[in-house]
Amino acid sequence: MAQFKRRHFIIGTVAAAGALGVGWLAAPPRQRLVGKKPLGVSPGQAALNGWVKVGSDNTVTVMMSQAEMGQGAHTGLAMVLADEMDAAWESVRLEQAPIDGIYNNQAAVVDALPFEPGDNGLLKRGSEHVLRRLLREVPGLAETGGSSSIKDQWLPLRQAGASARLMLVAAAAKAWSVQSSECTTESGTVRHPSGKSATYGELAADAAEQPLPKDPPLKAPAQFRLIGTGLRRLDNLAKITGTAAFAIDAAPPGLVYASIRMCPTVGGKVASFNAAQALAMRGVSKVMTVDPVSGSLAATGNISGGVAVIADTPWRAMRALEAVKIEWDHGPAANLSTSSLFAAISSALDTQEGSTNLKKGDVAKALKDAAKTVKAEYRVPLLAHATMEPMNCTVQFANGAATVWAATQAAGVACDAVAKALGINAAKVDIRVPFLGGGFGRRYLSDCIVQAAHLAKATGGAPVQLIWSREEDMTHDFYRPAYIGRSEAGFDSAGKLIAWQLTSAGSNMGAPGFLGASSEGASNTPYRVPNIKIAHLAVESPLAVGIWRSVANSENAFFIESFMDELAVSAGVDPIAWRADLLAHDPRALRVLSRVAALSGWGTPLAAPDGTRRARGVAFHRCFGSTVAQVAEVSVNAAQEIRVHRVTCVIDCGVAVNPNLIRQQLEGGMIFGLSAALRGRITIEKGQVQQSNFHDYTPLRMSECPEIHTEIIADGTTPGGVGETGTPPIAPAVANAVFALTGQRLRELPLKLA
Amino acid sequence: MLTLNINGKTFITDAEADTPLLWVLRGELHLPGTKFGCGKALCGACTVHLNGVAVRSCVTPVAAAAGHEVTTIEGLDDAVAQALRRAWTEIDVVQCGYCQSGQLMSASALLKANPQPSDADIDAAMSGNLCRCGTYPRIRAAIHLAAKGR
Ligand code: FES
Ligand code: FES
Repeated sequence: MAQFKRRHFIIGTVAAAGALGVGWLAAPPRQRLVGKKPLGVSPGQAALNGWVKVGSDNTVTVMMSQAEMGQGAHTGLAMVLADEMDAAWESVRLEQAPIDGIYNNQAAVVDALPFEPGDNGLLKRGSEHVLRRLLREVPGLAETGGSSSIKDQWLPLRQAGASARLMLVAAAAKAWSVQSSECTTESGTVRHPSGKSATYGELAADAAEQPLPKDPPLKAPAQFRLIGTGLRRLDNLAKITGTAAFAIDAAPPGLVYASIRMCPTVGGKVASFNAAQALAMRGVSKVMTVDPVSGSLAATGNISGGVAVIADTPWRAMRALEAVKIEWDHGPAANLSTSSLFAAISSALDTQEGSTNLKKGDVAKALKDAAKTVKAEYRVPLLAHATMEPMNCTVQFANGAATVWAATQAAGVACDAVAKALGINAAKVDIRVPFLGGGFGRRYLSDCIVQAAHLAKATGGAPVQLIWSREEDMTHDFYRPAYIGRSEAGFDSAGKLIAWQLTSAGSNMGAPGFLGASSEGASNTPYRVPNIKIAHLAVESPLAVGIWRSVANSENAFFIESFMDELAVSAGVDPIAWRADLLAHDPRALRVLSRVAALSGWGTPLAAPDGTRRARGVAFHRCFGSTVAQVAEVSVNAAQEIRVHRVTCVIDCGVAVNPNLIRQQLEGGMIFGLSAALRGRITIEKGQVQQSNFHDYTPLRMSECPEIHTEIIADGTTPGGVGETGTPPIAPAVANAVFALTGQRLRELPLKLA
Repeated sequence: MLTLNINGKTFITDAEADTPLLWVLRGELHLPGTKFGCGKALCGACTVHLNGVAVRSCVTPVAAAAGHEVTTIEGLDDAVAQALRRAWTEIDVVQCGYCQSGQLMSASALLKANPQPSDADIDAAMSGNLCRCGTYPRIRAAIHLAAKGR
């Protein structure tokens, strides 16, 4: 999800690359096998490289730089290493990786380079090379986002596993005075045909003394034992017994609690406050202001300033906060409203063109020459992330050093932000990343973490846990921006599509326009039309906005897939056949479409058990390196409410490390998208967010959840992303089904029938 | 001073009588398995059993729990709970996991009252437990599996 950080990074890095000189640039990227500093080990443990330690008790500890926020990355990544290493799965443990350049997420950056799919030209290869080179030099970019964890670590983890395995074999061969090549490995044991065998634990210390194999041969896919199997999640037990540690569960000795009330007007701050009554309340130790906090590179706008109360228990802090009388300085957004936001976007679109992010042929001319044109405008609202675990962070600042317990998707960035807030060196910040109670892009940002760091300066060295109420969480988000998309298409006299253009408008979330971040999912469209133009027009407001699961794909898939449906209808062609025709050059896309058609019963009569009418709609989208198609089956009740009964989803993600968890992610991604499609909407009046809790921003409930069928196609050689890919197509699939059922074309989210 | 019976153990708290049970569990008794999600009985993350009935601890004053049997996820360990946990693992229900304590507390109250729930029964009992990660289809399947397996 790190579109913006990534893209900002590109500019900075390409500029910095020049400074490092031609010789440096020409060298291959440095290895990702061992970090700058050796890994810390506990007694009996030996580190075999920067990714794995083996204990004399046979435990295999995988160093984990990626946050686990539900997406299953911990399990999938551990499987990749354990497979190449031939480790026993039951012996695998995880440990948070230190901050080091080898863990930097290169895929998240390189994938976001603004090149067209299929472009493998010199400029693209050169930019990739430069980025990969640079990404090994800076520490702290081990971000979790962009559906990239597996994609990024697929090779480094396999190399680390294979390299560790060779060292263990070499240690055994030496001890037995035999050839390494005669030894085999399985489930954490090295064996020799003579009958000798030793466990990895027995060999670990000697193995660590062996030379490091830098370029170990990797298994052929047929040799995988774990990869491709549906192993159960490693975090199951902790999460079903209530013992999984989330950031909000941090309880260092002497912990005090803070509750915060931020200016209800977005980006505002405290003018004055009176805490006399609050300070007299039991357990209260401090009442203080907290300044507005900016987003980082993945966002724009400020989180409002506020007043925080520190007390000995969470409830006393919350109650005392209600007794603080606060006057607000509402700031520049005091007149902002959802309608003014959309009006500004719409009028900008009337007069400006924005920056073109994909251009083929001459769309203007083709549209002029067209025998028939079709035009449509679509709108998507602001959306909150509403992670189930509200924003919170615990910080202890004592003796010039800080310990931070934070749910973050970007630990290195958070570390730097804390260091800055406390005026210390980042090396003095020890950041612990427990399980994240949901991320969805919200936890890229360090706003709450920075607030907690400021509070930690006022507690005399005691750790302080800042917990936002759900109301604060809902009203002080970095929202998915509101966008308008305008499309126009032209057919020639033979009815062939000759031109298509899409201009989207809304916030660029701080990224410069030329990088085209807001056109992701559009400017890299696989649809082939002779004349295409994809543009984005940046329209900013004082509202804090940021990345939201699948980023720009979330709106662009709705714009494009709704419009494709309109074009199919206009041309009188079946919507799947229509898409297949524009994707005839793309065998992976065609296969996904034909599988989703077969599995969903596309084209066959639909009968609900109770006789109500139902219809199907389709959407197709490619993002994060994977190709997805969905068919939704809907009905409408007497109250005109849309009900989604069944969704069929097919993904081609190249390689399926754990098909079971991929299915789980697709289900989650679709339900997340469906919550937004059916009723997700943040509105603003007088600069204040109108929704405050789950009664007026309600995710889908169990009773509303459709039956979901997924199929995975995975006969490629490199893994595509998964975590966000289920989200983009669901809204258009449902909207297209609603059209098929009712004849009403819903061009605005959330979907609402007239 | 209030005397609480939580997971079969006695605790004394000097928390104000109107303090929500949730915050006493989390902030004072160090039982963090019960989660804070909304504070307004809207999400179910804080679900515990009060005399075997699923309640939202974020809106249950601690005084109302005094003298009654409170069970939290940490103390949920009967045959129903074991069947549910087996099913939860078999089906890989959890994602981020933050809502799952509450889901299991609601599911266990359901199965105790209704050992063979229909889909409609599951909808009725579980629809107050939100899951932002979208684990619903698997929760439904796991409840059915647990009901079958017992
Ligand atoms: S925290 Fe109690 S229902 Fe949400
Ligand atoms: S598993 Fe994440 S909220 Fe339910």
